[in-house]
Amino acid sequence: MAEVSIRKAVKSYEAGVQAVKSIDLEIADREFVVLVVPSGCGKSTTLRMVAGLEDITGGEIWIGGDLVNDIPPRDRDIAMVFQNYALYPHMSVFDNMAFGLKLRRFPREEIRKRVDEAARILDITALLGRKPRALSGGQRQRVAMGRAIVRHPKVFLFDEPLSNLDAQLRVQMRTEIKKVHQSVRTTTVYVTHDQVEAMTLADRVVVMNQGRIEQVGPPQMLYHHPATRFVAGFIGSPAMNFLPCRLERMGACLGVRLSETVLLAVPASRTARYEPCLGRPMVLGLRPEHLTDPREPARPDAARLDVAVDVVEPMGMETLVHFVIGATPACARVDPATPAVPGGVLALHADMGQMHLIEDAAGSVV
Amino acid sequence: MEERRVAETLRAAGAVAASSAPWSRMSPRGGGLRRFARRRSSVAVLLCLPLLALIGGLVLYPALYAVWLAMLNKHMTRFVGLGNFLFLLHRPAFQAVILQSVIFAVSAVVFKALIGFLLAHLLHAVPGRSQRVWRGLLLLPWVIPLAMSTLGWWWLFDPSYSAFNWVLNVFGVPSVPGLGATWWARFSVILVNVWYGAPFFMIMYLAALKSVPEQLYEAAAIDGAGAWARLRYITLPMMRNILSITILFSLIVTFANFDIVRILTAGGPQDQTHIFATYAFVAGIQSGDIPLGAAISLFMLPILALGAVFVLRGITRRSAEQAG
Repeated sequence: MAEVSIRKAVKSYEAGVQAVKSIDLEIADREFVVLVVPSGCGKSTTLRMVAGLEDITGGEIWIGGDLVNDIPPRDRDIAMVFQNYALYPHMSVFDNMAFGLKLRRFPREEIRKRVDEAARILDITALLGRKPRALSGGQRQRVAMGRAIVRHPKVFLFDEPLSNLDAQLRVQMRTEIKKVHQSVRTTTVYVTHDQVEAMTLADRVVVMNQGRIEQVGPPQMLYHHPATRFVAGFIGSPAMNFLPCRLERMGACLGVRLSETVLLAVPASRTARYEPCLGRPMVLGLRPEHLTDPREPARPDAARLDVAVDVVEPMGMETLVHFVIGATPACARVDPATPAVPGGVLALHADMGQMHLIEDAAGSVV
Repeated sequence: MEERRVAETLRAAGAVAASSAPWSRMSPRGGGLRRFARRRSSVAVLLCLPLLALIGGLVLYPALYAVWLAMLNKHMTRFVGLGNFLFLLHRPAFQAVILQSVIFAVSAVVFKALIGFLLAHLLHAVPGRSQRVWRGLLLLPWVIPLAMSTLGWWWLFDPSYSAFNWVLNVFGVPSVPGLGATWWARFSVILVNVWYGAPFFMIMYLAALKSVPEQLYEAAAIDGAGAWARLRYITLPMMRNILSITILFSLIVTFANFDIVRILTAGGPQDQTHIFATYAFVAGIQSGDIPLGAAISLFMLPILALGAVFVLRGITRRSAEQAG
């Protein structure tokens, strides 16, 4: 077990492309950190730099108090689970899991003990004699995890391990990974483009964009207090609504002007914070779950908003209603019993206590 | 109303009805033929028939004719069964040919495999554009017509004009009898065969190396494998099928080699470099004993065929293991 420290790490390629632009990240011992970004924003490169599979152009990477910049992967005492599992097709499940231990010349009994223990944790004991081709996607994923577990490494690295699984299996394996981390408390760095995986698994989430870290924090913090428009839009599904607006005075308080006819009152507690933004072009960020059914018990900061419904998407436990405010499309998450019909008018409550005011130009949340 | 429904039902089944209409007019006795023609496998056989006829005419017939010839007497007037084979086995000259063929084929294939493997690895490490250039250059020996390049080697080994000997003499080393002494002549024909065949191994291995997923090497590197362990536990097992098929193919072709020995030594000195094909040529064509020549050329067939069966079975098994 060990802490991981990434200090001013940079990765540039020959063509002048900078995949990772000076990132700093401290990962505590036993912590589960998830790097989440849309594809092609440097998350896998960052993970591979920690693994030693990519040379680092600048900065430092420390694992367990050791500077590992020039140490090859095999001497970093890490284990990695790949997106495509990377199981050795000519070896049995047992041999796949035992390979790293055999290379490190562990005694035969110790190898057997560790493989059996990992197989028990992952419920793959019956598969130990099979070849990878005889396994399903989920089973292969378990074997790949088993190969990592048996080594008792300082750090687990997961590179989008669930991307190749179908939706149902992905949810199941997500729970399995969490369970494994709860029983084997090893420092884990997990990379994904799926924000649901990030939210459900992580102790802390790292949101990256264009090779830079946008925000680091516990999942709930990122959800409720995003630092930038990028984080606000990336965390949460369906994504947050971004509505161009302007702040106006409404007596002693402030109001958000969305269109000629729509003016929503800002909670009094935020007046002082938002006052400097008066008159400037801003963006109102409001999640679909905070544009709710008016029949629910009204919240103190709720403001009425009448919308013309475009599309209704019943999801079973909830219904998504799509509409346009001004010229901007938006979405609300309402009770399935809400009588929303395409073309009709629906009265919604905007929970302004959950609003985010975003600088239009800079993209930072006020 | 009822009629219209029936008509619609029939229209829905129109494609089947239309396609089967011509057959339906045939007599009941044509049923078997109809079934034969409508089976997909029958159509496949019919479409492949021209190719099968070509292979039969150009491969199967000559092969069977050679077997038949090998069982006739010298004047091809009497069936002697395995007599030619037994005669050959008791003949010291032919026993020497067996030994020489085995030395020639096995050592040439071993060196071709080793050099090809080494070249493929070196080439695999060369980046992009340069790799294409080097690949083209290294393939040259294999694409030049063998008879022509062997003539070039013949000049290099020539006792009077040998470039090799000239270089050796410059350094004060006495000339080497490249094609004049038994073991030097054997070495020379093997050397030329290796020079010609190693690029084939190289290109096959290179293709195999490129097909090994990079992530396996990365996983192995993280598991603790160094260069040797990666070669032993990842590269070689992943390349086993290509290795087997290339070695088998090369062994068959090298056992059947004719041009190199014929041009360089013509079997000399004193028949010490003859291999099956050149000896069969001497016995069958030059000495006019065609059945004996046929028997010599067919001598290795059962052993190579048996080897091929085992190798191909192994390949099929491993392919099934690694698929999916």
